[in-house]
Amino acid sequence: MSSIAMPEPDAAIVGRKEEIVAALATAIGAESVISDPAETRAYECDALTAYSCPPLAAVLPHTTEEVAAVMRVCHEMGVPVVPRGSGTSLAGGALPTADCVILGTARLNAVLEVNYPDRYIRVQTGMTNLSVTGAVEADGYFYAPDPSSQLACAIAGNIAMNSGGAHCLKYGVTTNNLLGVRMVMADGEIIEIGGPHGEASCYDLLGVLCGSEGMLGVVTEATLRILPKPEGARPVLMGFDDPEVAGECVAAIIKAGVLPVAIEYMDRLCIRATEDFCGAGYPDVEALLIVEVEGSPDEIDEQLEKINAIARSLNPVELRESASAEESAMIWKGRKSAFGAMGQIGDYLCLDGTVPVSRLPEVLRRTGELSKQHGLACANVFHAGDGNMHPLILFNANAPGELEKAEAFGADILRLCVEVGGCLTGEHGVGIEKRDLMLDQYAEADLEYQMRVKDAFDPDWLLNPAKVFPLDLSAPRRA
Amino acid sequence: MQPRDETDLAEAIAGANGPLRIIGGGTRPVGKPVAGEALSTAALTGIEVYEPGALTIVVNAGTPVAEVEAALAAENQRLAFEPMDHRPLLGTTGEPTIGGVVAANVSGPRRVTVGACRDFMLGVRFVTGEGQVAKNGGRVMKNVTGYDLVKLMTGSRGTLGVLTQVSLKVLPKPEETGVVGIEGLTPARAVEAMSAALGSPYDVSGAAHFPVSANDEPQTVIRVEGFSNSVAYRVGKLGDLLGRFGEVSAVTGLGPDDTSWRTARDVSLWEGGEEDVWRIVTRPSDAPGIVARLPEGAKFQLDWGGGLVWAACAPGTDLRARLGPLNGAATLVRASEATRAALPVFHPEPAPVAALSARLRGQFDPRGVLNPGLMG
Ligand SMILES: Cc1cc2nc3c(=O)[nH]c(=O)nc-3n(C[C@H](O)[C@H](O)[C@H](O)COP(=O)(O)OP(=O)(O)OC[C@H]3O[C@@H](n4cnc5c(N)ncnc54)[C@H](O)[C@@H]3O)c2cc1C
Repeated sequence: MSSIAMPEPDAAIVGRKEEIVAALATAIGAESVISDPAETRAYECDALTAYSCPPLAAVLPHTTEEVAAVMRVCHEMGVPVVPRGSGTSLAGGALPTADCVILGTARLNAVLEVNYPDRYIRVQTGMTNLSVTGAVEADGYFYAPDPSSQLACAIAGNIAMNSGGAHCLKYGVTTNNLLGVRMVMADGEIIEIGGPHGEASCYDLLGVLCGSEGMLGVVTEATLRILPKPEGARPVLMGFDDPEVAGECVAAIIKAGVLPVAIEYMDRLCIRATEDFCGAGYPDVEALLIVEVEGSPDEIDEQLEKINAIARSLNPVELRESASAEESAMIWKGRKSAFGAMGQIGDYLCLDGTVPVSRLPEVLRRTGELSKQHGLACANVFHAGDGNMHPLILFNANAPGELEKAEAFGADILRLCVEVGGCLTGEHGVGIEKRDLMLDQYAEADLEYQMRVKDAFDPDWLLNPAKVFPLDLSAPRRA
Repeated sequence: MQPRDETDLAEAIAGANGPLRIIGGGTRPVGKPVAGEALSTAALTGIEVYEPGALTIVVNAGTPVAEVEAALAAENQRLAFEPMDHRPLLGTTGEPTIGGVVAANVSGPRRVTVGACRDFMLGVRFVTGEGQVAKNGGRVMKNVTGYDLVKLMTGSRGTLGVLTQVSLKVLPKPEETGVVGIEGLTPARAVEAMSAALGSPYDVSGAAHFPVSANDEPQTVIRVEGFSNSVAYRVGKLGDLLGRFGEVSAVTGLGPDDTSWRTARDVSLWEGGEEDVWRIVTRPSDAPGIVARLPEGAKFQLDWGGGLVWAACAPGTDLRARLGPLNGAATLVRASEATRAALPVFHPEPAPVAALSARLRGQFDPRGVLNPGLMG
């Protein structure tokens, strides 16, 4: 059995299902409302699949106005709403409760405006991350945040989770590339925040909205910064026989004043799994780094020269600079399929703590020790340049008690991240997964002010109410 | 009042029975004048943690910006968002503090490509209007643990809480700086040229336009920074790209600490003037239209490729009324107390958004003691 609790569904709401579904159908048309239990199952979980629960109903509106109509109905009837993009959250952010309506963005998928002179694109938020770049790439532009899930995940989810990606070392995460939104408040009011100019006139509401995990409003349209594509990019692959030395190499590169666009890390367990999975030709080493730089061919040479010199001074087992587009693709292939490859080995729990880059070696070592203590294997593949670790804890979901064991191990790793000056989650969000660890990072007073932000946006706590905050802390507000 | 430390500050706020006027260095008196007892962060000084290898610094709010910049320079790093020094423009004296930079989200020309102060903010500690100490974020580059109050506090000008400590991401200084210039462009052509540069892959870090330069010609300037060879290469490429706009001059070898951009950063050409000064953020392509609608005799200069219009006009002018609907926001940065009391200093938000901002203020400062009225 799973160990993360969800609040009891409100029996009165569940009992009024027919009435609620009818009101939703009146609001946006029956074809946009899903209530048959066989079909609501499709929305029972996100990518944190250990937890699932079919919602009362799901709705798939086409426009902001339809979203507003849904929100008005739910607000009047006191029904909780859980917004959902593509359901790839690894933290349970889009997990329903039995008394909630899932509001899906799948049909909000139009490009509304592309403006190259002012370098922005305006889209409906159901568009996938990759399709945004797809819309501007032929003209030499791209949308920078690139989560590994970019083929599937929606801009809506990216905004809600403030998602990052391999290239955010240079380009920042979602919040640094989001200029404005149109959104629907919990009571159905439509508001606009920010815009192509990208600056708040009063408080930075956009900043607090981004990363608020669907709890402050339903974002239906977004204005995103687009950037001109660099002239070129080239990765170099480095192998080390000591994870701590690899960690040292990361800090040394950053300190040297070269700013790579990405520094990715993989350990031996992960290397072997990806080799079996896709044969990217990685060396069998303790730790592997992929460092990518951008620019013209000469600029790339110059930067890689500096980076390679640092690596060489640390006695790498392997130092392989890509000499062609094919080789570059091979170097990235393994990293990009790492999660899939690990999935082939068995079930895993993917963590997401961030630590100061200087503490990477220590945290890697102590994670290894914890792995022995808990008796579960743990692979590491992560964005090393910004200290955002992804320990993957391997376990057998069918063995009784193993999920709880894995979660306990995960909690220990996250506490370690906090202890060394880091945080519980760098890009995946709190959701339900880290909800009950929040007090390890924050004092109650810290969380009180976060909850007051929700009070200001959603006084009745109807939007995704059971996420982010420990249930006992949010209970009085959810009542 | 000048509390000794964070605890002392919390007590001072908890014990306040009237409005407080929060002061960092007091060099940026932007906003509606506040009547209240002065509360200074000047004693909250010192760099707590600086890890050059992690590109992070944690500083107490009252620390002078100059001290932070000196510490960073010693490791060949800097605050990449290039905070403006408001003293020349506003005629203020004193030492700007890092807390003041963050509280006002002060950024400079490099904002157009690297981001604003808020984009470099990693963590805050602050005291709310109830005298409660709270923290948010931390000192790591990526952090989505709970709501991002770091962004909310940045730019809230002491109306939601008094900052006591801030953590920032810093960046390496470049080896070299180069500038490409074109003379004689109209605002419309200048914005086109700057857009072309900013839309190129040559990693521009500044794009400004001055309607009058030393030799009375309008001047458009584009900046690139980085390793020497790369700067030389990109300056060349930009020259080729911009050739169609006019004769292009190129300067390289300006080094890592080029100060020629101070006029763009600090709007220092208008030092000592009597005019009101407005700061208008907008879409670059809207800038020429805005410039055309400025009242007769008004002065302007452009930054961020046109995304930021600085305008100086006769005291008391209601520039917003004159410009009409704006795809952006106009802030009255310099004006007499009387004008600042008469005209909204910050661009009025649509009613539902303003209501939301007011509710947030009520949550963080229920008694209304922190800089009341400053932001509306
Ligand atoms: C294989 C894999 C790799 C991944 N790699 C990365 C990575 O590299 N970097 C990274 O950051 N993440 C990564 N993720 C996590 C996940 O993809 C991101 O969190 C993503 O942004 C979620 O988007 P989604 O559309 O699937 O959102 P969902 O999972 O549907 O929802 C996520 C959250 O967004 C809220 N939400 C959805 N729509 C709206 C809306 N319209 N308005 C307001 N709130 C809304 C939901 O309520 C929920 O809280 C990965 C996930 C997987 C499975």
